[in-house]
Amino acid sequence: MSEIFDVQRWRPAPFLPERETRDGALIFVVAVLCFLACLTAMGVLAADRAAAGWTGQLTGEATVIVRPRGGETPDAAAARAAEVLAGTAGVAEARALEPAKAYDLIRPWLGDVSDLEDLPVPRLVAVTLDGRHPAGAKQLSAALAGQNVDATVDDHSIWIKDIRRAGGLVRWLGVGVFLLIAAAAGAVIAFATRAGLAARRDVVEVLHLAGAEDGFIARLFQVRFAQMAGYAGLIGAIAAVVLGAALRIAGGGEGLTPALPLAWSDLLAVVPCPLLAAMVAAVAAQLTAVGLIRAMP
Amino acid sequence: MRYGRGPDVLTSLNFSLAPGSFHFVTGPSGAGKSSLLKLIYLAAQPSKGLVHLFGQDVAHAPASAKPQLRRRIGVVFQDLVLLEHLSTFDNAALPLRIAGRKPADYRNDVAELLSWVGLGQRMHAMPATLAGGERQRLAIARAVVNRPDILLADEPTGNVDHDMAVRIFRLFVELNRLGTTVLIATHDQDLIARSGRPVLLLENGRISARPAQGPLA
Repeated sequence: MSEIFDVQRWRPAPFLPERETRDGALIFVVAVLCFLACLTAMGVLAADRAAAGWTGQLTGEATVIVRPRGGETPDAAAARAAEVLAGTAGVAEARALEPAKAYDLIRPWLGDVSDLEDLPVPRLVAVTLDGRHPAGAKQLSAALAGQNVDATVDDHSIWIKDIRRAGGLVRWLGVGVFLLIAAAAGAVIAFATRAGLAARRDVVEVLHLAGAEDGFIARLFQVRFAQMAGYAGLIGAIAAVVLGAALRIAGGGEGLTPALPLAWSDLLAVVPCPLLAAMVAAVAAQLTAVGLIRAMP
Repeated sequence: MRYGRGPDVLTSLNFSLAPGSFHFVTGPSGAGKSSLLKLIYLAAQPSKGLVHLFGQDVAHAPASAKPQLRRRIGVVFQDLVLLEHLSTFDNAALPLRIAGRKPADYRNDVAELLSWVGLGQRMHAMPATLAGGERQRLAIARAVVNRPDILLADEPTGNVDHDMAVRIFRLFVELNRLGTTVLIATHDQDLIARSGRPVLLLENGRISARPAQGPLA
């Protein structure tokens, strides 16, 4: 039975079939890779924030260990050191810690011994530095020495260096994992393009022999795979946002854990994912398709 | 010409076709008829020698120049190679789309051509639903839709009955009258005999010409 064909209403159909049976598997694989990439990006942001937080805390503070001199009692030496430091430029506050706090600090190392208070434990002064113009360890030591206070200043510089190094390592590790996943996505898409071209060799051959330019044929596959990867990227990004939001809610006010403080704004890291996935796919498909078409006579 | 590291399929071929001429090429199976057509429609490279087309050596033309050359050649493939996901109309319009023409400029021409080859009622149909003869005519319509300078047809009457073969032949004759050079590879000696057209005989990798015999179609 013939149907009425209205020539005037005819619109050209796409050169490539709309859907292929293997599309589902490819979308799934790319979506999983995008999901992992999004989680990595969110993790890097959270780790970066944690490292910045720790560094900020440590750079804003210094600890001074005070040793009494002559007949001076440890408490009196600590009080005098706190007074000297409080008057030093670049110090917001200096406070002598109660002996109990010093004992609490060493108790984990020595155990719960009964005569801990008999040990000659040095007194500590906690110094909060001025946020805008913080005093350095040298200035604090000089101020204390000037007032004849026997003390050692710890400005946490060793820890800060370590934390900064650890933060940088986490950041580069995250970027490395992210690039690895992007490369894997590109390789999967290149493989799929090759398979797609092999499966659609009839289309490629007809277009090629009918005078289609290599770039024109390659673009068909480029657009097809970019759309597919963009869609897969969207699925992966949505899944990552759902998981990130669940972790944020489950983790309470501090995020997933205090060590990895996931913020709501970190979830925005997934926004470029569909676009990036589409771009990776477009480049991979373009390179693969052009290579294969150029191999034809 | 040879495939991979295999033996030469075609050797010492030296012939020319005048513009606007109509030839058959025939020979036993495996003689290299399809290979000869492939050389002309730029689907194969000669291992040595030249293929002159449109006043230039197309065998050694840069890849960037070949698409434009291919657009001047219409091909009816032996296995037709229709795109199964496209309708009859879309298949027939394919070369015009590739040439960058606007649908409004050619859709009436395509419809007219399809009616001319007897597919006027099947324009919407998908190739899988077409009968053998209809598929053959669609492949021919696609090959001639952009009025090529050269039409190459590989066994174009292989899957159709005698009446249809005659109809297809007349279509080629009509196109030839409009100025297209036609070269048809076929086994159909009856068609060749009744056509009154010159024949190129391909045998043992070599070609020889036979002048036109019999009545004109």
